Amino acid sequence: MAVAGALFLAAVVLAAAGAPALSPYRYDRQDLLVTYGAPTRSHLIGTDGLGRDVLSRLMYGARVSMSVGLTATLLVLAVGVPVGLAAGYFGGTFDLLLMRFVDIVYAIPYLLLVVLLQTFFTAVLPTIRHGPLVWLHALNHGTNGIAAIVMALSLVGWLDVARVVRGQALALRHREFVQAARSLGAVDRHIMGAHLLPNVAAPIIVMATLLIPNFIIAEAGLSFIGLGVQPPMPSWGTMIAEGIDSIESYPRLVIAPALVLAATLLSLNFVGDGLRDALDPVMER
Amino acid sequence: MASNGEVLLEVRNLRKYYPVTKGFIFQRQVGAVRAVDDVSFFIRRGETLGLVGESGCGKTTTGRVILRLQEPTAGEALFEGRDIFKLGKEELRRLRRDMQIIFQDPYSSLNPRMTVGDIIGEPLEIHNLARGKEKIRRVQELLEVVGLSPYHANRYPHEFSGGQRQRIGIARALAVNPKLIIADEPVSALDVSIQAQVLNLLEELQKEFVLTYLFIAHDLSVVKHISDRIAVMYLGKIVEMADADELFSNPQHPYTEALLSAVPIPNPEMRRERIILPGDVPSPVSPPSGCRFHTRCLYAQPSCRTNEPPFEDIGGGHFVACPVRPFARQRSRAAVVAQATGAPG
Repeated sequence: MAVAGALFLAAVVLAAAGAPALSPYRYDRQDLLVTYGAPTRSHLIGTDGLGRDVLSRLMYGARVSMSVGLTATLLVLAVGVPVGLAAGYFGGTFDLLLMRFVDIVYAIPYLLLVVLLQTFFTAVLPTIRHGPLVWLHALNHGTNGIAAIVMALSLVGWLDVARVVRGQALALRHREFVQAARSLGAVDRHIMGAHLLPNVAAPIIVMATLLIPNFIIAEAGLSFIGLGVQPPMPSWGTMIAEGIDSIESYPRLVIAPALVLAATLLSLNFVGDGLRDALDPVMER
Repeated sequence: MASNGEVLLEVRNLRKYYPVTKGFIFQRQVGAVRAVDDVSFFIRRGETLGLVGESGCGKTTTGRVILRLQEPTAGEALFEGRDIFKLGKEELRRLRRDMQIIFQDPYSSLNPRMTVGDIIGEPLEIHNLARGKEKIRRVQELLEVVGLSPYHANRYPHEFSGGQRQRIGIARALAVNPKLIIADEPVSALDVSIQAQVLNLLEELQKEFVLTYLFIAHDLSVVKHISDRIAVMYLGKIVEMADADELFSNPQHPYTEALLSAVPIPNPEMRRERIILPGDVPSPVSPPSGCRFHTRCLYAQPSCRTNEPPFEDIGGGHFVACPVRPFARQRSRAAVVAQATGAPG
């Protein structure tokens, strides 16, 4: 299953990366003569209400989904893992403050918070005209608002990672091999890097494979309600949203992006399971 | 064993209290668990001091505090004349080469994600003792010293049995050429047949590398086998300390007597009167006044409730914290039986 998942993911990534070269049409090219066109040789999965090629739009949509899922996950891990390790290993006031902050954020509905932050960033980023952060404005502009989504998702998501990693670190801190390393004179940085990190790697990988689909869903959700990527740039979420209007007459406009989305999420889960087993020396056989 | 009388480690008035707190955000201290309360002892170079007592009496904590894996509440520990508790970070790191620990649980004391070679090589790297080929050679040498094969270096800990894992832990401790090894119940988690092998290994290593052991255990026959001297702990305090033979043949503290009577005799025909102590171990949060053992002592006097017993030398390096001395004139029951049978041993 993991191999099949990996193959499918590879295909999606390839399609996303090579979309400008591989896609039969540009994502915004309209052919008003074949609106709601059925699959033909020139349009393999048909066209949408504006006569745009669905296959091409799916491939461009993969770019959005993949980049949001991957960059948000990387950002979240890059911040959450070290913070969680430090909080769990050192404990004390820092740990207490972090956990209370997580509790507060948890009390606010996730999507509400993301929508708030996303709106905030969409409004604020274009006003950054100079200073050290001007590249953020350029990035957001150049990616049709994807940067704002990624920032909003990561800003909420890293707390989750930090909390999980912190719990693992807390449990590992009192294990005797950590005590042994301390009695050998290992410095804290070495203990966290060589002893804690490899032992939290398995749950982190599992978590990452769940985070990517989470972010993809969140992006699709935001796009579905019109807050995500701005048209005509397609994302799987916006495509589903657009297709919903005509679901009774042309269900394939919803089914195609939904199927790709579901298959991607499933593949990620399979690959995550496979990775976890492969990385565990005890399971090795 | 080869003890030339020079004191390697001297612990004076060691205390370790754990605060008991109440409250959600503003935690106030409402008491303290007195895990170790005013413990003093010394170990001579090349000697093995056994530290025995039931679970929760503070023997493990004592070992960990000496290694500064936990910070002491009060007291001092002189290692070759230097107070371990006053060392700065860098000095402490250097001192860690001289003091090592072997843990009780061979399953949790080895990082499951490191190969055996990495585990044993880690101390070499931390202290810049060996790198590259030299490190590999040292690791293989250490594996052979503890009775494993050099090719085991590439395997993971889960591929080994408990006894083999404990050998790996010993090899890791030996890697830095320590002077003192604190063995925290090193054989308690092993099968009896494996226990003897590991104990013999520890004894051989002691001879070969002139090691000094603080041997923490609750199994008296194991402790008698390996120790030169034995200290008995009860509820955070040492109640009796003497040469191993002296302690077994002439116990002076009522608690020691009860402990000795619990050692099984390896002879099914022998019957011995077990001394069953009444009640449970009191809480170390609010230990009894006076002598901590008076609530369960068969020989307790009214004065035991109020007067804290002094820890006195009654001759020949035999220390005991019991001014009543119920066995000063007659031998204790446990000692009489031990004498008659030649057991325990």
